[in-house]
Amino acid sequence: MSLADYSKIVKNGLWTQNTGVVQLLGMCPLLAISTSVVNALGLGIATAIVMSLSNGAVSAVRNVVPHEVRIPVFILIIAVLVTVIQFVMNAFVHPLYLVLGIFIPLIVTNCIVLARVDSFASKNHVLPAMLDGLMMGLGLTVVLVMLGAIREVAGHGTLLAGLDLALGPSAKQFVITVLPGYKGFLLAILPPGAFIGLGLLIAGKNYLDQRAAAKQTIHPQRVEVAAT
Amino acid sequence: MRTALSISSRTAGVLLIFAVVGTALLAYTFSITRTTIEHNEELAKLALINQALPADLYDNDLIRDVLMLPADPLLGTDEPTPAYRATLKGQPAALVLEAIAPDGYSGKIKLLVAIRANGEISGVRVVAHSETPGLGDYIDILRDDWIKHFDRRSAAEYKAEDWQVKKDGGKFDYMTGATITPRAVVKAVYKALQYFEQHRAALFVTGSDAHQDRTPLPTPSPPQERDTINTSPDGKKFGLGLREGDAGSLRKFHVEPQEAKP
Repeated sequence: MSLADYSKIVKNGLWTQNTGVVQLLGMCPLLAISTSVVNALGLGIATAIVMSLSNGAVSAVRNVVPHEVRIPVFILIIAVLVTVIQFVMNAFVHPLYLVLGIFIPLIVTNCIVLARVDSFASKNHVLPAMLDGLMMGLGLTVVLVMLGAIREVAGHGTLLAGLDLALGPSAKQFVITVLPGYKGFLLAILPPGAFIGLGLLIAGKNYLDQRAAAKQTIHPQRVEVAAT
Repeated sequence: MRTALSISSRTAGVLLIFAVVGTALLAYTFSITRTTIEHNEELAKLALINQALPADLYDNDLIRDVLMLPADPLLGTDEPTPAYRATLKGQPAALVLEAIAPDGYSGKIKLLVAIRANGEISGVRVVAHSETPGLGDYIDILRDDWIKHFDRRSAAEYKAEDWQVKKDGGKFDYMTGATITPRAVVKAVYKALQYFEQHRAALFVTGSDAHQDRTPLPTPSPPQERDTINTSPDGKKFGLGLREGDAGSLRKFHVEPQEAKP
């Protein structure tokens, strides 16, 4: 694989094929968890790790798995991997587990993991497969965090609330009160807020894409200049 | 025919191998992490209890001194729940029990109530709830200090009518817009206190002769024992409302109260 292929994987994961706003896979945890930045970040990072590892594991065994039973085998691998991670985290990094623990079983149900395993990892080498998983996961993390930020500011008027749960009481100073004395806006925290927020994010992404495409057709030479 | 058979048996074999390897991996991870996880969970439980009951109020191995309380309407429970007994230098210091407020705005609110031997509440914490975020969730210590109103309150200090939110004529604050939630919590805490007062003899005095020298507990009135407390499912009477399996933890209570915490 050339460097260009790798950068294409990165770009696909973070922008072109973004899990959260393009593929729209794994909506259930996305909408449920994105009530605050800290929650969103937790789920996003956990998903990215699981996706990277499961892509790598599936890619490593891709040549011995018969095509007909690939889905059950992939599901088995993902489930085993997630459960092992859950055990290990619970045992050896308990404080982190207390924060991320509830999200980990949710990841098994996230169809984006299986989607990437089947459409990418089962056809590629281990390294690109792991990179793809990581980038898809990070792409999801970015969307989750933005959605979490929108909902947290609109709903509570704060940012990063609950960070002390993840990083200890000293992290309480990082909590930003964006709107002091804000009474809260319940709609943003309840599920409709998640749908509205996600809709805005998708619209924003499409707007940027369209603007970029329009620029390219009007000023094709500008792109050439940038490329050289 | 032969190829179809060999293909399908090969496929089945691969599936089987993956299942076996996966199970083995899981079993191995489980076996090497189990003791650490159990230890961690005990620590987490203790950390939660210590929020309601300061650690300097007791010196026993609280987490192992468990009394299983049968379901009781005063506790709002419909199945046996654990109660943790704290002792200081062998003397009963406090009791930590689980109570459920069944009438929260959206379902049950699970509480941990720590009551000191003198009948004062040491602390109350919400363990689980599903109240409206941003509205009724101020009962959670992570959101607001409201729950600290219960600290040091007792049934002796506040009369029955005081155990209500101010809107209903009681002594407890509430936040406008969410009255149902605090109302449920105040009611549940008061009921837990009543349960404690009614059963304090059974909860603390354990019928053992190991500590006969200790001063007898103040028991204002004979506990109003009810059938729910003393009858096990098979009709057999147990003095403490204990199940047979709890005898071990009960015995431990008397053998090791001097075990000081580091």
